[in-house]
Amino acid sequence: MTDNLIRRGLSRRGLLQTTAGLIGGAVLPGMPAFAEDKPAIGSYPAGVSGSTAFIGISVPRTGTYAVQGEDELKGYQLAIEHINEGHELIKKISPKTSKGVLGKELKFGVADSAAKPNEAVQAQQRFISENKAIMITGGTSSAVAVALNKLAQREHVIFVCGISGSNDTTGKDCVRYGFRQNFYGQTAAAAIGPVMVREFGKGKKAAYLTPDYTYGHTVTKSMQDFLATAGWTTVTNQVAPLGAPDYSSYLLNVANSGADVLINVNWGHDAVLSTQQAKQFGVLDKMKLVVPYQVPFIARETGGLMQGVYAATDYWWTIEDKFPLAKMFNEAFEKKYGYKPEWGAENAYVSFAHWAHMCEQAGSFSPPDVIKTYEKGETIPSLVGDVHYRPEDHQCVRPVIIVKGKQQKDMKNKEDWYDVVEIVPGEGLMQKPDAFGCHLGDYS
Amino acid sequence: MISWPNLVSQLFNGLALGALLALISSGLTIIYGTLGVLNLAHGAMFMIGGYAGFVAYQYTESFILAVIAGSLFVMLLGVLMERVIIRHFYHRPHEDQLLVTFGLGICFVELVRLIFSSQSQLVPPPALFQGITNLGFMFYPTYRLAVVGIVAIALGALFIVLYRTRLGMIVRAGIEDSVMVDSLGINVYRVFMAVFGIGAMAAGFAGIVNAPVVSLTPGIGDDILVQTFVVVVIGGVGSFPGAILGGLIAGEIISVTSMFNPGYAYVMLFAAMTLVLVVRPHGLLGVQGRE
Repeated sequence: MTDNLIRRGLSRRGLLQTTAGLIGGAVLPGMPAFAEDKPAIGSYPAGVSGSTAFIGISVPRTGTYAVQGEDELKGYQLAIEHINEGHELIKKISPKTSKGVLGKELKFGVADSAAKPNEAVQAQQRFISENKAIMITGGTSSAVAVALNKLAQREHVIFVCGISGSNDTTGKDCVRYGFRQNFYGQTAAAAIGPVMVREFGKGKKAAYLTPDYTYGHTVTKSMQDFLATAGWTTVTNQVAPLGAPDYSSYLLNVANSGADVLINVNWGHDAVLSTQQAKQFGVLDKMKLVVPYQVPFIARETGGLMQGVYAATDYWWTIEDKFPLAKMFNEAFEKKYGYKPEWGAENAYVSFAHWAHMCEQAGSFSPPDVIKTYEKGETIPSLVGDVHYRPEDHQCVRPVIIVKGKQQKDMKNKEDWYDVVEIVPGEGLMQKPDAFGCHLGDYS
Repeated sequence: MISWPNLVSQLFNGLALGALLALISSGLTIIYGTLGVLNLAHGAMFMIGGYAGFVAYQYTESFILAVIAGSLFVMLLGVLMERVIIRHFYHRPHEDQLLVTFGLGICFVELVRLIFSSQSQLVPPPALFQGITNLGFMFYPTYRLAVVGIVAIALGALFIVLYRTRLGMIVRAGIEDSVMVDSLGINVYRVFMAVFGIGAMAAGFAGIVNAPVVSLTPGIGDDILVQTFVVVVIGGVGSFPGAILGGLIAGEIISVTSMFNPGYAYVMLFAAMTLVLVVRPHGLLGVQGRE
C-alpha cells in the first residue's frame, strides 16, 4: 500500500512537473531451482514446497473501476475461503478438493492495480519474485489483463484472468499461460445483437460511447460488425479516455448526431457517469440506450436509469431459479458480504474454483501439467451450467445472459434490478478460436 | 460534420466547465499567492465539499442547506488544516509543502472511501433547475445553466471580498509583499488562516454545486486538481482575474477540442499551457517578478 501511494505520488508530481508520464519500473524475478520429480519452471516448485500456496491478486481499488474491483476481490476471497475449508459448493465444481488445493492451504496478497497495466504488472512481479506466487489473477481492465498475459507467459506462472471483455485477451494477445472465464466482446455482440434488431428493427442509426483502450475498441467493433448485418449504421463513435471526468462534450456530439440508439460501451464509473449525463442532456429522451457489456452496480448507481435497457451479462443473481450452484453461491456470498453478488464476484469465484479443479485433476501445481489439463477441454460445472475451456485459445465457452432493466414498480426487492430475457448458449455465439489471431506460446 | 448549433453548444459547454474551473482555481491561486503554499489537497477539498453536502442533503433534502453545509464544512476543515499542519510548513522548502499537502489529499480520499465506499452517490439538482431548457438553438440541462449563474455569483462575492474589503486589501498586499504587511503590524498569520479557509471554501462550494452534474466518487478531485493547476499556470499564479481567464480558456479548449477529437482535449490543454509558459512565463495575468 505504501509503495503504491508513493508510486502514485511520483506519478502525480511527474505529471505536474513535466505534463506527462507515469514512472514504470521493473523488478528482476527470482528463479530458485528445487529438486523435484518435475522440472522446475516459474515459481514451481518453490512456491509449493511448504504447506501453503500463494496467489497474487491485483484488482482496481481506486479509480473508475474501483467498485467493480472490490466486488471481484470479494469473489476471490470467498473462493479461497471455500477452497481452504473444502466447502460444499467448491466440491460441486472441483470434486477432488478437500482442504486447500492438493492439500496446500491457499494464501494470497492483494494489490491495487488502479486499472493501470504498469501498476498491476509491478505488483504481480513482486508477488512472483518475493512470495513465489503459483498463480496470479487480475483484470477488470482488459489493458491490465493483456499486460498480465505477457507477464505470465514470460514468468511461466499461470494467469487466471479476472474481468476482461476485450477480444484481444484470448485473441491476438492470448498466451499459453493465460485463461479467461468470462466471454469476450464479440460474444456479447453476437448475443445482444439479435435482441436489439428484434426490439428496435433493421436499418437503425447507432451512436457509440467508447472507452479508449483495447476493451472499448473491440466491443464497439464487434457491435458495429454484427449490427451492420442488419443494416445498422454508425453515425458517431465518441471515444473518451478511461476515467473521463465529464462526458458532456461527447454527449453533445451524440445528441446532435440523429442516432436512434445510444450504445454505451463505457464500463465502471465511466458508464455510470456517462449514462447519468446522457439523461441530463436529454439524450435518453431522444434515443434508446443499450449497454452491450453490462456493468456491475450500474443499475443501483444510476438510480433507475437502466429501466427498460438491454444488456449482456455474465451473471445475474435471479438465475438461481435455474441453476442450483448459483443459488448456493448467492446465499454464501450474501451471508458474508450482505448483498447479492454481481458478475465480477461470480467471475472471480468461478475462475478460482476452475483453477483448483484443474490442479486437482492434474495432481500437480506444475504449470505445464495444469495447462494441459485445462486444454483437455473437459466439461466442468460453473454457476451458469456446464462449461468448457477451448484448448486453442484458453477461452471458456459459457452462456451469455441477456437482461433488461426492470421498471421500479415491478421490482420485488431493492436488488431486483433486471429481468433475465434470455440465456444464450455460448457454443453458437463464439467465432472460431483463430478468428482474432490467437497463437498460444510455449509451455516452457 | 461540424454544424453551427454543435459548435455553439460546445462553446456553451466550455463556458460551464470553465466557470467551475475558474472558481476552484481562484481558491488555489489565492492560497498560493498569499501563503506561498501549493495546496495539492485542493482537489480533495473539492471532493469533500461534495460529500459533506451529500450528507447534509440526506438529512435535510434541501439543496440550499447542502450547499451551505458543504461550503462551511470545507472552510472549517481548511482552517483546521492550516492551524494544525500547514503553518508549520510556511518556512519549509516547497517540496515539503507539496508532499504534505499531497499526503493529506490521499488521506482525505481514503477516509471518504472508507466511510462511503467507492460506489457513486447522487445529489439531485434542486427542483427549480431540473429538466432541460430549450435555448432556441439547442437543448441544455437546466441545472448546468444554473451552475454558470451560481458560479458567477460566487466569483462576484469572492471579488468583493478580495477587492472591496480590508481583509481583501491585506490579502492582496500580502501577495505582493508579506514581509511588509507583517512589519506594518498586521497579524499575517491570522490573515493566512482566513485565506486558507476562504480558498478551501471556494473548492468545497464548487464541489457541492457540481455534485448534481457528476456523481460523487472519492476520486472525483484527482482530475480536477490537474486541470486546476493548468488553469492557474495559464492565468498566472496568485492572480484572481487570471484564474477566471484561465478557467474559461481551459474550459473552451477542452470543450471545442472534444467536438473534433475528444482524445486530444487534454493534449490541447497542455499544449496551450506550454505555449503560455513559453510566451508569458508568469501566465497571462501573472505579475512579473513576484516571489
